[in-house]
Amino acid sequence: MRVTLDIGRFNPDAPNAKPYRQEFILEVEEYYTVLDSLIYVREYEDPTLAVRCSCRASICGSCAMRVNGHASLGCKTKLISVMDKDGRVRVDPVGNMPRVKDLVWDMKPFWDKIRAVDPFLQPEGPEPEEEYIASPESMLHLVGVMGCIMCGACVSDCTVLEVDENFLGPAALAKAYRFTGDPRDGKTKERLKELNEYSGIWDCTRCMECVQACPKGVAPMERIMALRDKTIAAGIRNTNGARHAEAVSDFVKKSGKLDELRLVPRTYGMFNPMSLNSLFAAIPVGLRALRRGKLPPIIPHKVEGKENLQAVRRIFDKVEGKK
Amino acid sequence: MKVAFYPGCVSRGGCPELYPATIKVCQKLGIELDELTGAACTGAGVLQEKDRKLGDTLNARTFAMAEKKGLPIMTICSTCQGVMSQAYKRLMDDAKYREEVNALLKEEGLEFKGTVVIKHLLWIMVEDIGVDRVKALLTRQLPDLRIAPFYGCYIVRPSWALGFAEHPDRQHSLEDLIEAVGATVVDYDGKTKCCGLPILLINEKNSVDMVAKHTSTAQHLGANAMVTPCPLCHLNLDGYQPKAAKQSGIGIHMPILHLPQLIGLAMGFSPKEMGMERHIVSTREVEEAIAGRSAVGAGRR
Repeated sequence: MRVTLDIGRFNPDAPNAKPYRQEFILEVEEYYTVLDSLIYVREYEDPTLAVRCSCRASICGSCAMRVNGHASLGCKTKLISVMDKDGRVRVDPVGNMPRVKDLVWDMKPFWDKIRAVDPFLQPEGPEPEEEYIASPESMLHLVGVMGCIMCGACVSDCTVLEVDENFLGPAALAKAYRFTGDPRDGKTKERLKELNEYSGIWDCTRCMECVQACPKGVAPMERIMALRDKTIAAGIRNTNGARHAEAVSDFVKKSGKLDELRLVPRTYGMFNPMSLNSLFAAIPVGLRALRRGKLPPIIPHKVEGKENLQAVRRIFDKVEGKK
Repeated sequence: MKVAFYPGCVSRGGCPELYPATIKVCQKLGIELDELTGAACTGAGVLQEKDRKLGDTLNARTFAMAEKKGLPIMTICSTCQGVMSQAYKRLMDDAKYREEVNALLKEEGLEFKGTVVIKHLLWIMVEDIGVDRVKALLTRQLPDLRIAPFYGCYIVRPSWALGFAEHPDRQHSLEDLIEAVGATVVDYDGKTKCCGLPILLINEKNSVDMVAKHTSTAQHLGANAMVTPCPLCHLNLDGYQPKAAKQSGIGIHMPILHLPQLIGLAMGFSPKEMGMERHIVSTREVEEAIAGRSAVGAGRR
């Protein structure tokens, strides 16, 4: 089959080094992966093409790259599944990380963030004489997150990292979840407090890019949501994020609907002196909306029918009561 | 066709122009609306941060209400669509979980059976009505518009919850409709990215940076409007655009249209009927581009 590989290239040693694109038209077998075709280019077309790979079986996590703009493992992506109708495939290095050469990127920022969450067990009490034992059942919920191969695909496509490089990011936060969820770890509350800080769990915008990009089903965003749940449950609630989640829950319980107007002061915190600044800053936006007749209703909408309202409240009581 | 209409909170809250525009457009499209007035909010992914099962149960209740009517659910919000689709998938994938959730609905006499279909108006137009039939209902083409699509995260990810394998056309449905009204599609990477609204009240700087990035990119590529099937994206892209322009130092002016507004304008509805005056970013240039054209062409109402 014929494929046109459109590769984003960059050679830092070239005079006036600038990224450029280069096309290769190849005749390859139908079973070829994107990585197979890149190795083909390196072997037979252009030996200067830099691409990182090792296992070629989606275990080592070396060959994360963007295929048609979205991160995945080159070795796990069949060409035939990503070619457009003209047989074209666009390949680029991952995003949100510094480029070294062609499709090779610098993993330092990735590892720095993993290290920042103390990715090791910190048990309580004296060390046991032999190994730390945990029952298989107590570890079962961590199997998914432990599947992470540190490939960086999630970090590549994170929409928050695109605007804020300080955000801890999906890989590090998923790793943090793995330790807060470990029955042998004794520092859960300290960990949650730290993750609750600026650039931590509440900065995730829930866009699902990392869930889509992860080649191993780790679903980092789902772990971040679980961390939010844990943080609220642990009583760490003095953040806009926690107040936001609590407010939405209260509104839906009360009326079955969102109350967008009251969401703003509830999120900033009614009795929080720091929130006054944020509230003042929100006034011009509110006034603009008011002028356009766009302000949410003063009296919040409700689901219609008393029996429906009661049914919604009953669900809240039953589910929350069970916790 | 007849649908169980789920308008969502924002179409009558922060974006009150969307609800009436939808009603008018659906009438022309021949979609009969049976509104689910007793259904609760989907939780918008926020309630799920606190308690996922709570969100899934509320959504299962909505599904059961539509199943009882024997109608597919129609959403008009990418977030509602995605949150419901994800809940549906979790409930279908795990029979034990489904049983637990159904036990919570029993007192009300409801049961989620799994037969419900949940579809955004965007998908209904492309799949059930068909682009050609939508086109036949338009009274004017809008060739002077260059439109950047903006999907909203939850109607594109995760793809396995949204039926993309069975319905591959969903991935370019918005572009298909932009072309149907005769406008030019402005393609850019931001079209499937995040508008930033979920963190607006948590990290406003990052949220507004996202607005600036997408609207300025679209503008740079020559778009004179952006269209979205998600009122939450509209809230941020439209409502916070003045702030985004200030924060980024870029002179951004990008009118943001709701999907039904774009279709409605091409059907011959007036800008007022589509509630355009309620937008924060003026849509005057868009209206002028349309009016200028239809004054020459036929079919203006």
